[in-house]
Amino acid sequence: MYHANKIIPGLVIFGLLMTFPFWFNIGSAAYSTPELVLPEDHEFCVESVEYMRAEHMSMLNEWRDAYVRDGYGEYQSMLTGQMYPMSLTKTCMNCHNNKEEFCDRCHASVSVDPYCWDCHIEPQGVE
Amino acid sequence: MKSSRRKFIRMAGFAALGWSICPSLAGAAVEAGPKLYFKGEEQLSATQWAMAVDTKKLTRQVMNKCIEACHTLHNVPEIDSNQNIKWLWIEPFRNLFYDQSHPNLTDMANKPFLALCNHCENPPCVRVCPTKATFKRPDGIVLMDFHRCIGCRFCMAGCPYGSRSFNFFDPRRYLEQLDPEYPTRTKGVVEKCEFCAHRLDKGQMPACVEASEGALLFGDLSDSSSDVRRALRERYSLVRKPKLGTGPNVYYLI
Ligand code: SF4
Ligand code: SF4
Repeated sequence: MYHANKIIPGLVIFGLLMTFPFWFNIGSAAYSTPELVLPEDHEFCVESVEYMRAEHMSMLNEWRDAYVRDGYGEYQSMLTGQMYPMSLTKTCMNCHNNKEEFCDRCHASVSVDPYCWDCHIEPQGVE
Repeated sequence: MKSSRRKFIRMAGFAALGWSICPSLAGAAVEAGPKLYFKGEEQLSATQWAMAVDTKKLTRQVMNKCIEACHTLHNVPEIDSNQNIKWLWIEPFRNLFYDQSHPNLTDMANKPFLALCNHCENPPCVRVCPTKATFKRPDGIVLMDFHRCIGCRFCMAGCPYGSRSFNFFDPRRYLEQLDPEYPTRTKGVVEKCEFCAHRLDKGQMPACVEASEGALLFGDLSDSSSDVRRALRERYSLVRKPKLGTGPNVYYLI
C-alpha cells in the first residue's frame, strides 16, 4: 500500500474519534425514566398515557392554534369522548399542578427547555 | 451492467415518488378522522364587533375603573416611563381628534377620553405583519397570537392610532400580582387590546364594558337592535382619523 505509514495512523485516529462517545460513556449510569408524581384523583389524562407521552407536545401546539387562531375552545377526547377546555393552565395544569414534580423532571432528564412558562403562569403547586 | 443501472435509477425514482406521496396520504387519512375540536355553546358571535364610548358618562373614576379591570385581567404591567404598556388608556380629546378639533373648542379640547385599539375594518397592522401574528377574526376582532410575534414592530409603525405597546422588559418584573387565567407576555413581544375575544368566546362581555357603569357599549354592528347601533342612531358620534380609511370600530358618542 502506498503511504501506509500515513493512512493507517489516520484511520486509527478517525476510528478513535468516531467512537469517542461510546467509550467516553463506559461506566456511567444508563438512562432511566424519571420518577413522576401523578395526580392522585384522576385515572387518565385527556388521552391514553402512551399517547400523551409521545404526542403531548404536538397536541399542545395544535391546541394553541385551534384555540387562539380558529376560536375552538373544546377538545373531545378520543379515549372517553369527554369534552375538555383546550387550555394549558386550566386543563393540563389543573391536574398536573406541580410543574417541578411532573413537567420539569422529564424535561430536565432529556434536556429540553420548553418556553411555555415564560408567558403562561405556572400553578403554585400543592402546598 | 448498463441496463441494470438504468433499472436501479428507475426504481429509485419510484421509491422517491412513493416517499413524497405517502405523507400526504397519511395527512388525508387524519383529516378524514373524527372531529376533535369544538366551539363552546355559550360563544357569542357577531359579524363585526364594535364599541361605543359614551363620553358624557366618562368620569375619571369610571375611566380608571375600566383601565384597572382590563389591566389586571390581562396582566398588563404599569411601567412609569415612556416604555409603559397600555391596552386601554386616557387621552385628551385634542389628541384623539386633532383633525376634527379647533382652538375654540375650549371646554372640549382638554376633556379626557378613553382610547384603545379600534379593531379596524381594514387594519394596516394586519397587512404589515410578516408572520401573521396579528390577524383578523371572522367576527371583526383584530387579534394577536403572541406565540408568533417576532417583535419586528412593523405593526406599531403601521397602526395610525398608537394602539400597540412593545415589551422592552420582562413584564413580570413590574407585575405584583399575576392572574393565572391569562398569560403574561415576554420581552420583545407587541401587545394591545383584544376586545376580550376570549371572554366573548365564553359568553361574557369585555371586562372594561362590565366595569364601565354604562359608559361603554358593546355589540354587533350588523345587528340593528344592538346597543351600539341604537346609540349610533340616537347620538352624534366620531371615529378617529376617518380619512385614513382604516374603518375604526370604536365610536365616540359626543
Ligand atoms: S387601531 Fe391600530 S392596532 Fe388596532 S386594528 Fe387598527 S391599526 Fe391595528
Ligand atoms: S375590550 Fe378587553 S382588552 Fe380591550 S380594553 Fe376592554 S377590557 Fe381591555
